[in-house]
Amino acid sequence: MIRAQGLVKKFGDFTAVDNIAFDVAKGEIFAFLGPNGAGKTTTIKMLTTLLRPTSGSVSLDGLDPVTDQTAARKQFGIVFQDPSVDDELTAYENMDFHGVLYSVPRKLRQERIEALLKLFELWDRRKDQVKQFSGGMRRRLEIARSLLHMPKIIFLDEPTLGLDPQTRNQLWNHIQKLNNEEQVTVFLTTHYMEEAERVAHRIAIIDHGKIIAQGTPDELKAQTGTESLEEAFLALTGSTIREEEASSLDKLRTFGKAFRRVK
Amino acid sequence: MNVVYILWLRQLKRSARSKARIIGSFAQPLLYLLAFGFGFGSMFQRAGQGNYIQFLTPGVITMSILFTSIFAGIEVIWDRQFGFLKETLVAPVPRILIMVGRTLGGATVAVLQGIVVFCICLIVGFRTPSLPLLPLALAFMILTAVLFTAIGTALASVLPDFQGFQLVMNFLVMPVFFLSGALFPLNNVPPAMRMMANLDPLSYSVDGLRFALIGVTHFGVPLDLGVLCAVTGAALAVGGYLFSRIQA
Repeated sequence: MIRAQGLVKKFGDFTAVDNIAFDVAKGEIFAFLGPNGAGKTTTIKMLTTLLRPTSGSVSLDGLDPVTDQTAARKQFGIVFQDPSVDDELTAYENMDFHGVLYSVPRKLRQERIEALLKLFELWDRRKDQVKQFSGGMRRRLEIARSLLHMPKIIFLDEPTLGLDPQTRNQLWNHIQKLNNEEQVTVFLTTHYMEEAERVAHRIAIIDHGKIIAQGTPDELKAQTGTESLEEAFLALTGSTIREEEASSLDKLRTFGKAFRRVK
Repeated sequence: MNVVYILWLRQLKRSARSKARIIGSFAQPLLYLLAFGFGFGSMFQRAGQGNYIQFLTPGVITMSILFTSIFAGIEVIWDRQFGFLKETLVAPVPRILIMVGRTLGGATVAVLQGIVVFCICLIVGFRTPSLPLLPLALAFMILTAVLFTAIGTALASVLPDFQGFQLVMNFLVMPVFFLSGALFPLNNVPPAMRMMANLDPLSYSVDGLRFALIGVTHFGVPLDLGVLCAVTGAALAVGGYLFSRIQA
């Protein structure tokens, strides 16, 4: 369903993703793990047409996101690492906007929106502007939105970041259910190893842009002779803390927050 | 078509819900109108140029459209910051449609605002002698709004963050405004300045609108329309191209 071969992304001299390859089967939950700055988000961006690879190839259900952009984009739904809902619009409007962009016919759109908002317990708040929502509610809305057009693949880039254990638990239940019932292929990244261990069928560990291990959670534990995925992860990637420079986007976000406060 | 519509609608909803911005966007033209209009009014009259409020009104309307449009275009940076841009960038529709929808939405807001400023001018004492030419005035307002929203979008597509925004204001928007003849007639300015005014697309907006509202023109309406149509077409093409090149 998702295949990457010899995938490379360079930013100037810096190689963010260095010749990686993996294969995700239909209906699989695939976790892509790595320390900060390892290249996870860059890889997701290349898989989802947001970045052009420097070299190598990607295919989503047989479609190339570089040459066959529009068709490839229809195949997947994505929950970004950073929030991507419109604060000024209501929950329903955000969903509707998405439905129109993905040309979901009106009738089906209304049904799907109602079903998904109910599933994620947001139906009662559908007429509220998203700026009144808590972090967990926004996250739920984003996940609901990413499923609206019935994608074959869903990308989740640290979907549980900053959520309380209850919400996280509930979220993974939804995702597992979806994967079971609708055979949606899931590609996820997370820093919570116990989550990956719980939901993922297969795991790839990336560090410094290279995939250093790949396999089922049990295989990874056996390979490193450890008891848990967290230990296996630390054994593979070492325990030094990675420094990540704030991107201009992070700076901008800080500026934006300050600006909003002043206003 | 639905895609263009929903993006257009989004821009309108966002503007309608942002009360602070609505109030702020009227304060500035009103200030110019009152301070310049009444401040320089008597001097303008003594110089034999007639009623300054009459002269200034098309300039102030154009100004409010200029600012609102540029801001509407620059809003792409906000969307990038608050993440919403990515939602539209991964959508399975040609980016150009997204750009066109946004631009038309922003331009609509700017034109509506221009109309409200026009009404404020009427209250302050502006009188138009040429009612049948109001549709022409609207046409100039629409062209101006689309032009500068497209320019704003083009700039926002290449600016990584708001740090470049001050630069845009000081080196683009303000000069474009002050050199356009919005505040003074272009007939008697020094040749160097006249040349710059000739290169300023806003000069043609102001001039066209001034003709439609008070029957005075410097370049002539055919030239105004021709220049504006050409520049707007180019801005849409460049803006569309740059917007479709955005990588997140």
